[in-house]
Amino acid sequence: MATTRPWLSPSVLPGFGLTLGFAGTFLTLIVLIPIAALVLKAASLPLADFWRIATEPRALASYRLTFGASLLAATINAIFGLIVAWSLVRYRFPGRRFIDAIIDLPFALPTAVSGIALATVFAPNGWVGQWLTAIGIDVAYTWVGVVIALTLIGMPFVVRSVQPALEEVEASLEEAAESLGASRWMVFRRVILPTIAPALATGFTLALARAIGEYGSVIFIAGNLPLRTEITPLLIVIKLEQYDYLGAAALGLVMLCVSFLMLLAINGVNAWRINLLSGRRT
Amino acid sequence: MTSKLPANPRNVSGRRATPWIPFLLISVSIAFLGLILIVPVASVIGYAFSKGFSAYLVALQSPDTVAAIRLTLITAAIVVPVNTIFGVAAAWAIAKFDFRGKHFLITLIDLPFSVSPVIAGLVFVLLFGAQGWFGPWLQERDISIVFAFPGIVLATLLVTFPYVAREIIPVMQLQGREAEEAAVSLGAGGWTAFFRVTLPGIRWALVYGVILCNARAMGEFGAVSVVSGHIRGLTTTMPLQVEILYNEYDLAGAFAVASLLMLLALITLLIKAAVEAFGPARH
Repeated sequence: MATTRPWLSPSVLPGFGLTLGFAGTFLTLIVLIPIAALVLKAASLPLADFWRIATEPRALASYRLTFGASLLAATINAIFGLIVAWSLVRYRFPGRRFIDAIIDLPFALPTAVSGIALATVFAPNGWVGQWLTAIGIDVAYTWVGVVIALTLIGMPFVVRSVQPALEEVEASLEEAAESLGASRWMVFRRVILPTIAPALATGFTLALARAIGEYGSVIFIAGNLPLRTEITPLLIVIKLEQYDYLGAAALGLVMLCVSFLMLLAINGVNAWRINLLSGRRT
Repeated sequence: MTSKLPANPRNVSGRRATPWIPFLLISVSIAFLGLILIVPVASVIGYAFSKGFSAYLVALQSPDTVAAIRLTLITAAIVVPVNTIFGVAAAWAIAKFDFRGKHFLITLIDLPFSVSPVIAGLVFVLLFGAQGWFGPWLQERDISIVFAFPGIVLATLLVTFPYVAREIIPVMQLQGREAEEAAVSLGAGGWTAFFRVTLPGIRWALVYGVILCNARAMGEFGAVSVVSGHIRGLTTTMPLQVEILYNEYDLAGAFAVASLLMLLALITLLIKAAVEAFGPARH
């Protein structure tokens, strides 16, 4: 057996051919062929046409909003998610278990639900929106609303990445630094932050990757004004509704390339974290 | 993404008397979560019952809503078992054997996580839509995939593809393969080794993967929205029904359907909590 399949280490266990064959076929049919169809469709465009579609003003405006709002939301999450994770790990307060339990809610909540809930709550007559409107802040149908929606769906990624890392910070290190006269802020900046930095970076990249592709929770609150509050996934949907398959495929390819870059970034951050962990252990 | 709160949090900061720092950080946390999460979630209940309980029940019994609920349940009933079988097969090959290209395969399985839901719908429109690769062929034979039930199933399969595999692969890798090898060398068949040796060790991860897969399958919006065509009563799933009602300014109706989906999310989280509380103690 090993001689016919040099890429497989010999094993007494059965079922390799069956399980890999099934998994591989299914993966090819459901994921690889459809994605290849998108790439081929976009590639059937002459390069000049592809470039024209991918860089028309409406597309450029949508990239700016999608990436700008995603970066801002991931940054907000990196700051406030860290504070939430810190509070949950370091302090005891009434409702701590409740808070910890609902952190995962955005993972499980369908995006259409969070979408209409945010749009209604932040509308000028909504539960929160009426107070914000009174002090002159418009959230619904502006880029601020997009940022709020993307913050909601990215939040659990940061909190759940940072929480275990904070738990692993060694108390003895902090105590040593404090006994040597370091202030609380210095201990945080010089001892705690370097230890949790890779976890924070992981949470940031995961939240960013999720935000860039997000559709359901954004479109209700965004108002979807062309050139102003229109995200790239929505522009793809609009092109499809106009039966402009080639235009949709071109923008789809742009987004697919960004997803691949994000995947590389996530793997890179993971490698950094594993390196740091093994470096500390040896 | 597991959370385990320590029973007794270390109060490192308590040593130095700065009681306002914990107070400030906790307040900021609660204000942040309250604004983006707690208030919007509470509003779903508030708006769903804004016209009273009987109006809520009436809204859930409208024929289109009932059809949407049925379509969502049928879709999940197909997608979840298929992706579970795939996940178990992929995990068996990846965790119990060493072969070249394994890491590449894992990356490919994770791919749908990083692809936008809209892209997941778009790819099937480009394959099976009127101007897609197989569009003319399908039209000649009068088969519709896009804007019909098969398209909804395909798009849902793609977005929920990694969930089960992703949960059980690490657990099966941690398990090692000695127990199965012993079982097989003592004469057990592959299926017996799997059901009697492997499955008891991975069942909690499997439960968790299946409920996550189910939550996403029932709640998927973007991918299904692209392939569905929004034909009322025919190709609208529950999330799409939420959108239709919302766009018709039927807020109470939209939030009534949304409240069902939120209930699904809460049940998912409850099962997750139960798996985390009881799971590790069992083995």
